[in-house]
Amino acid sequence: MEFILEGFRKALHIILSGNPEVFAIARLSLTVSLAATAGAVLAGVPLGSWIAVKKFPLKKLLIALVNTGMGLPPVVAGLVVMLFLARSGPLGFLNWLYTPKGMIIAQFIIALPIITALSISAMQNVDPKFYNQILALGASDRQAIWVCLKEIRLTIVAAVIAGFGRLVAEVGAVMIVGGNIRHQTRMLTTATVMETQMGNFDMAIAIGLVLLALGFVVNLALTVIQQNKVLTR
Amino acid sequence: MKNTNVMALLNAALAALLLAGCAKTEPKSVVRLATTTSVRDTGLLDALNETFQADGRYTLQAIAVGSGQAMQLGRTGEADILWVHSPDDEKKFVEEGYGVERTTFLHNDFVILGPEADPAKVKGSKKVADAFRKIAAAKALFVSRADQSGTHKKELKVWDAAKVKPAKEYYLEAGQGMAGTLSIAEEKKAYVLADRSTYLSMAKNLKLVIVSEGDDLLINRYSLILANPAKFPKVNAPGARAYFDFVLSRPAKELIEKFGVEKYGQQLFFYDYAVK
Repeated sequence: MEFILEGFRKALHIILSGNPEVFAIARLSLTVSLAATAGAVLAGVPLGSWIAVKKFPLKKLLIALVNTGMGLPPVVAGLVVMLFLARSGPLGFLNWLYTPKGMIIAQFIIALPIITALSISAMQNVDPKFYNQILALGASDRQAIWVCLKEIRLTIVAAVIAGFGRLVAEVGAVMIVGGNIRHQTRMLTTATVMETQMGNFDMAIAIGLVLLALGFVVNLALTVIQQNKVLTR
Repeated sequence: MKNTNVMALLNAALAALLLAGCAKTEPKSVVRLATTTSVRDTGLLDALNETFQADGRYTLQAIAVGSGQAMQLGRTGEADILWVHSPDDEKKFVEEGYGVERTTFLHNDFVILGPEADPAKVKGSKKVADAFRKIAAAKALFVSRADQSGTHKKELKVWDAAKVKPAKEYYLEAGQGMAGTLSIAEEKKAYVLADRSTYLSMAKNLKLVIVSEGDDLLINRYSLILANPAKFPKVNAPGARAYFDFVLSRPAKELIEKFGVEKYGQQLFFYDYAVK
């Protein structure tokens, strides 16, 4: 029991004294996960909307695949991205393995099905009559989807929250693709694993607390945006 | 309409972030070193890096894994240079044409750690093979790296020398780095083979003690190997050469010989390459 309290005490000291390395790691974690989430939103929301409103063969199969992708194990995403980015792999010329860019790609792949699947289900909750009415008023498909997206924006923000939460907490993909290199690709999650294995529980707790705080702050910001929209209705 | 603006603003902000994440320009010459966890966990890698990267021409990308995995990275041309400690595998690696100019330049030693109570009565065994036989005879818990690392290979050699095949009831295969394996041994009050440098760097967090040391079989030799540029045209050969020359230079030698004295009270790595 003693060592847990001691660990927390030292951890708070590390955080309050503004340990520059911990904060650099936090900055990298935030940048990578936000960038991956942003990319997944830019690609996944239009993709999900399109899948939702269009009729095409094997649509149910595609939706089932996207839904399955929500549970894509990060280590599998990491492995695949690693194989592609490796020097001997097809995208080796990019030299992105063991860089933040590589980690963003891996996390993007993890977040994309989540954002897409949640966009599909949100879009399918829009009354079809409403959608058809907009089309009848002379709107193009794209314009109609945009109008609907504005209607379901709260759910979209929820999808963003779900995607970011998954990414910032994810360890497997960034460990494989990033390599946990100090000052380069060490993330809050991989640093926590390493410090725990080294028995440096104070450092591990400190980084863990920063990770929790980071998740909370970003979610708080997104929730404020979401709830403000409710009020402005 | 206000909401459209908020949405657009949000999109723009996210897009900007995405760009910011990607816009960081790549440093000029990235040297990828595949090395072992002991070199990282002791802090030696960072200490050397400060000097190596000081002139701003190179960025070292050090992947710290077991020696087996490091050589696997070498076999696929992922690494520019290797710093490993698994002599038999290294020789094979060079013979098969994956690496060149293997240079053994550093050593320290392995120690057998065990719980203070020493249930297998290993303390005092001069020969490490005897120590392993006693552990097996007492069916005392033993944690193995089991990750094809240099330490794991050494452990298998010692079991061979002891002419015992450990049974799985008391032989735990961790499949992790040295630090992770030591943590498991600590919690399970088990015996474990560790390199002295990692043990010392973690000693403040460990109750395990050294129960056997000093046998010649426990010498741990580290080598540098350059990836063979003839076989892998994509490797950063000039960068690898720069790191190779740096580690085999007087400033690096002096740094390594001083390393650990202040922090751990003793020298962790012994330099045995005759620098020019």
